[in-house]
Amino acid sequence: MALLSKKDTNLILDPLADNNPITIQVLGICSALAITAELNASLVMAISVMFVLGAGNVVISLMRNIIPSKIRIIVQLIVVATLVIIVDQVLKAFAYELSKTLAVFVGLIITNCIIMGRFEAFALANGPWRSFLDGIGNSLGYGIILIIVGFFRELLGSGTLFGIPVFGDPIAKTGLYSTGYENNGFMIIPPAALIVVGIIIWVQRSRNPALVEEN
Amino acid sequence: MSLKSKLHELKLKYQGNKMAPAFNAFHTFLFSPDETTHPGGTHVKAADDLKRTMNTVIMALVPVLLFSMFNAGYQHYSAINGFPVDFSVMRDFLTWDNFWIGIIKVLPLVVVSYGVGLLVEFIFAVIKGHEVEEGYLVTGMLVPLIVPIDTPLWMLSVAVIFGVVIGKEVFGGTGMNILNPALTIRAFLFFAYPTWMSGDKVWVYGARERAEQILAGTTNADAISGETILGYLAQNKGAEMSYSVSDMFFGFIPGSVGETSAFLILLGGLFLIFTKIASWRIMVSAVLGSLVMGLIFNQIVDFGWIGESSKFYGLMSFDFWKHLIVGGLAFGIVYMATDPVTGSQTNKGKWYYGFFIGFISVMIRVFNPAYPEGVFLAILLMNVFAPTIDHYVIRGNIKRRMKRLKNATIYPKDSEGKAEELKAETV
Repeated sequence: MALLSKKDTNLILDPLADNNPITIQVLGICSALAITAELNASLVMAISVMFVLGAGNVVISLMRNIIPSKIRIIVQLIVVATLVIIVDQVLKAFAYELSKTLAVFVGLIITNCIIMGRFEAFALANGPWRSFLDGIGNSLGYGIILIIVGFFRELLGSGTLFGIPVFGDPIAKTGLYSTGYENNGFMIIPPAALIVVGIIIWVQRSRNPALVEEN
Repeated sequence: MSLKSKLHELKLKYQGNKMAPAFNAFHTFLFSPDETTHPGGTHVKAADDLKRTMNTVIMALVPVLLFSMFNAGYQHYSAINGFPVDFSVMRDFLTWDNFWIGIIKVLPLVVVSYGVGLLVEFIFAVIKGHEVEEGYLVTGMLVPLIVPIDTPLWMLSVAVIFGVVIGKEVFGGTGMNILNPALTIRAFLFFAYPTWMSGDKVWVYGARERAEQILAGTTNADAISGETILGYLAQNKGAEMSYSVSDMFFGFIPGSVGETSAFLILLGGLFLIFTKIASWRIMVSAVLGSLVMGLIFNQIVDFGWIGESSKFYGLMSFDFWKHLIVGGLAFGIVYMATDPVTGSQTNKGKWYYGFFIGFISVMIRVFNPAYPEGVFLAILLMNVFAPTIDHYVIRGNIKRRMKRLKNATIYPKDSEGKAEELKAETV
């Protein structure tokens, strides 16, 4: 017997491509622009969101029948806030430098539209196991885009990947830099992330015309 | 059989072929196509097509390009040997030596700009199966003229690919772009490789190498000269500058490749106005805008609100009309702001659009500490605002006409000849 039924597998796989939270639903753009200048930060952000969304979906799903619908947003916020503070404290304890880079954006996971969106759209209406899978799937979809954007921005903007020089030393002019290559300063600034995300959306829609909206 | 009809036969033969757009591009580049306006519902027929329009702009750019080739050499040799004592145009400027520097430094920029840009256009035309669009003809000529002479060719290629794809093709190609592609290319270069786009070492060929030699002590020169006039002013070193007003006007100054000669740009602008290619409204209002902003700054200095110690003093005290003859303002106003696609379309809108381009350009010049040139940023900003300006102009027009209609008196055709007056009822 397979570990996951076909329906459950789709919960994880759909958000990776054809129902991606960033490129299709266009949620969570803020953080995708702000912290993707380095792969490290992208990866940590992706993992943090995965933890918050996975755990949050389960908690909300377990409570879904006892939350009064009038105050459900507040309950959801409390759940997210609790989880985000856990993430924040863990980062501060074990990866202090990185938590300084991510700065306010860890706290801002609370306002990441993907999280509230999944709570509202999925966890409130489904059981814990399926909600958990949905949370993991969506945060994977989010993380993949973050990592793709982070990869290009760090590679082209700083010439490094995870902080390790790839092209050589830009100051001593070794490796690729000896040929006159220079880092692209444009990729460091947030607008570049917007353009990279735009290109991903472009490529995705031209490969799958079903995604193109009628207007 | 003439070449034209031969080409036309070839065109018919290759119709529907995958590479047809690429071939048609060459065909219409050489000759006017048989039809200049699309058949069908069009009632206004033009005698020439978009390609002729573009070629006219290129004609207006050719003198600027030639001048810039001489100036490349002139600046290079002046930086090494010092400025000639009694300057004569024939002896010191229009020389073969100067032109040769232009050939080895400016021509490659032109070739790379056209080569890469047209390649991207051809690829898109073949993929999307439409004709190659003419938009790049002018862009390709503008790009080498607005970059510093020492721009590495690979950087230019990257920027051109970015500018054509992100600035134009993603929006649907020529005529659909929001931002001027040439300025998008320059903006990309500026933000991606700032050390190659600003400072005092990029405007004169060889200045960077000389600076390195001085640093390494392998030359007995003790300084480099290659700062632009705006650069001098931004550092409050206006007094050290040895350029006269006529130097500035005729363009014997360092700067981006083609932006220096206000005189030739003025001629080009008159040519474009005469041929009705570019809008005189935009040009005039942009000049007005920059003069007004310059005057405001001059007044601030006159009132003594800004002292000589202020970092803005150099540029603020610069005579307001001189802003027009240094830097890229003249070039931007004549060739960039008047882009019919990205500029305002309504006549009234053109006045606002142009005015703010001039106004903001001079403002950025004075207040931008890192880079005393803001023409390209001002034009890009107004490109974004152009549709909004048009929207409000058209709305205002509709409102006015509605009001007029409300008060209009209508005389209905009455069979009995009674002139019965009716007040039109409109909402």
